[in-house]
Amino acid sequence: MDMFFRYVGENWIYLIELAYQHILMVLLAILFALVVGVPLGIVAARVPKLANLILGLANVVQVFPSLAMLVLLMIVFGLGFTTVVIGLFLYSLLPIIRNTYVGLTQVDPAITEAGRGVGMSSLQLLFRVQLPLAMPFVFTGIRVAAVIAIGVATIAPLIGGEGLGREVYSGINMDNPARLYAGAIPAALLALLADLFLGKLQRRVGQGKAA
Amino acid sequence: MIRFDRVRKVYEDGFVALKNIDIEFKEGELTVLIGPSGCGKSTLMKLINRLNKPSQGRVLIREKDISNIDPVELRRSIGYVIQNIGLFPHMTIASNVAVVPRLLKWDKARIDKRVDELLRLVNLEPDTYRNRYPSELSGGQQQRIGIIRALAANPDIILLDEPFSALDPITREQLQDELVRLQQELKQTIVFVTHDMDEALKIADTIVLMKDGDIVQTGRPERILRHPANEFVKSFIGEKRLQTETADELYTVDEVMTENTVTAYPTRGLAEAIKLMEKRKVDSLIVVDRNHTLLGYASIFRVLDRFREENATLSDVMIPFEHVVESGTPITAAITLMNEHALPYVPVIRGARFAGLITKGSIVRHLADVYTPVETTDAVIPEMAAAGMEAEQLSQEQKGGGAI
Ligand SMILES: Nc1ncnc2c1ncn2[C@@H]1O[C@H](COP(=O)(O)OP(=O)(O)O)[C@@H](O)[C@H]1O
Ligand SMILES: [Mg+2]
Repeated sequence: MDMFFRYVGENWIYLIELAYQHILMVLLAILFALVVGVPLGIVAARVPKLANLILGLANVVQVFPSLAMLVLLMIVFGLGFTTVVIGLFLYSLLPIIRNTYVGLTQVDPAITEAGRGVGMSSLQLLFRVQLPLAMPFVFTGIRVAAVIAIGVATIAPLIGGEGLGREVYSGINMDNPARLYAGAIPAALLALLADLFLGKLQRRVGQGKAA
Repeated sequence: MIRFDRVRKVYEDGFVALKNIDIEFKEGELTVLIGPSGCGKSTLMKLINRLNKPSQGRVLIREKDISNIDPVELRRSIGYVIQNIGLFPHMTIASNVAVVPRLLKWDKARIDKRVDELLRLVNLEPDTYRNRYPSELSGGQQQRIGIIRALAANPDIILLDEPFSALDPITREQLQDELVRLQQELKQTIVFVTHDMDEALKIADTIVLMKDGDIVQTGRPERILRHPANEFVKSFIGEKRLQTETADELYTVDEVMTENTVTAYPTRGLAEAIKLMEKRKVDSLIVVDRNHTLLGYASIFRVLDRFREENATLSDVMIPFEHVVESGTPITAAITLMNEHALPYVPVIRGARFAGLITKGSIVRHLADVYTPVETTDAVIPEMAAAGMEAEQLSQEQKGGGAI
């Protein structure tokens, strides 16, 4: 333990840099996943015929073992940061698509009918009623995706990425537990913090909703 | 105003929801669509704002086929209130009410003013409720918001689909009253769906009765009660209501009249007559001869007028009846007669003989017997009888008042 604290004390600037890279990869991945996943979720909710196809594909991606997927991506995209972000993006996709889809389909049909009845166009209905009501679900998706992505990101160094995983692998390779912990503990903390923070945010979005 | 021209509605699954609907909703009227669950009321109503489209036939508003009107535009010009209230849970009360004005791009000041005005219209203090969310309101308050949301942009057509069915009876009554009041003020054309006959009878100008995708009968509430088109209508109205509403035609004057009247022979002197009236606390006497043939009546004023003439008798002051009813006449006819000629009472004759008297008091008592459960009869009579006081004095309640 002593060794761990000394190591952290001496290398904290480096560790913060790793954490920053870690967060950056996850953030980018989730951002892309939102940009792609929310529209796919909307399409799935609005076109029932496509729902199975979209959700099925996302599901296939999700069950792919992470290491195998990253290796596959490496073969296609080569080593590096981009490849890691693409991998994390693919992992984040399913939770976001699925939750957007569920969020939209759980909207009370009476409320949808009221929206149409007062004269909202299809897009107005989506943006003023359905999406706002689906927001708490979308946030759950983001939360789940973030926690998964933070975990998966620790294996990024294997395919040329950065992040806290670097310390974990250095620790293993050099048989240095202090370094291993210096990577693993902040990664775990990150996941916890992300979960907590997004949970708070989610509650705020869901405020006005009927009990 | 709104006209259905041979409209048929078949859903995608082949279910024929409406068969061949020809109907007109009149301008400025509150029309109630009523029928058992699943008979097609909502289907019919949603054809008016194009949430449904007809499989055959046309729906016209002001003689314009609405299939040529942009549905979004059309819906913004028609107020719509649904059963499950359908308030937007993520919007404040003000935003909910302002939905249509916003879609119509009113400016903010105008919208704010309108929202406050509408909240006051249904007795909700704007400062208190404006920024609340629907979940913070009671069911009755939510439904009020649902209604003013539909009124916001001053539509001249409003559709309400079972708006009050989920409310407790007291709140429901209140909202019914408010709706009727609003409609009388604003004169919109309202189509109101319900499956509750009491509600329909209370608020409707016209009732449209439906069954299995067909219209069974259309008419004023009174007409439907009195002349149900068939057994279905009868059973739907309910035996109880039918009895209370049509029973009047079955009852005759004989059952309603009072026989305890104060009669006197025409030979009676005037002093005696006054004494009799005083004793029996009446203001006139029915004059009959020894065979009980009806001759006329003598009021206290006529008697006092001639009181100085010592030899005058009732035969000198009495006036023959202008209106009498025969035994066996329906009571409704007698009531109509009394109403038309403002008669305080009307005598019933059997042949030429006096049989009894229909007075306001006797009618009230009859009503009480027929319509009220026994235990509440006492409570009801005094209040109602106040209107018939004058006549009440004429008839004798306690002891028999035979001829003198
Ligand atoms: N979208 C639909 N597809 C198929 N059948 C429907 C649909 N909507 C309603 N129906 C059927 O049409 C009938 C009439 O429905 P509705 O107009 O809602 O009845 P009501 O409002 O009188 O209770 C019902 O039997 C119902 O099951
Ligand atoms: Mg219905």
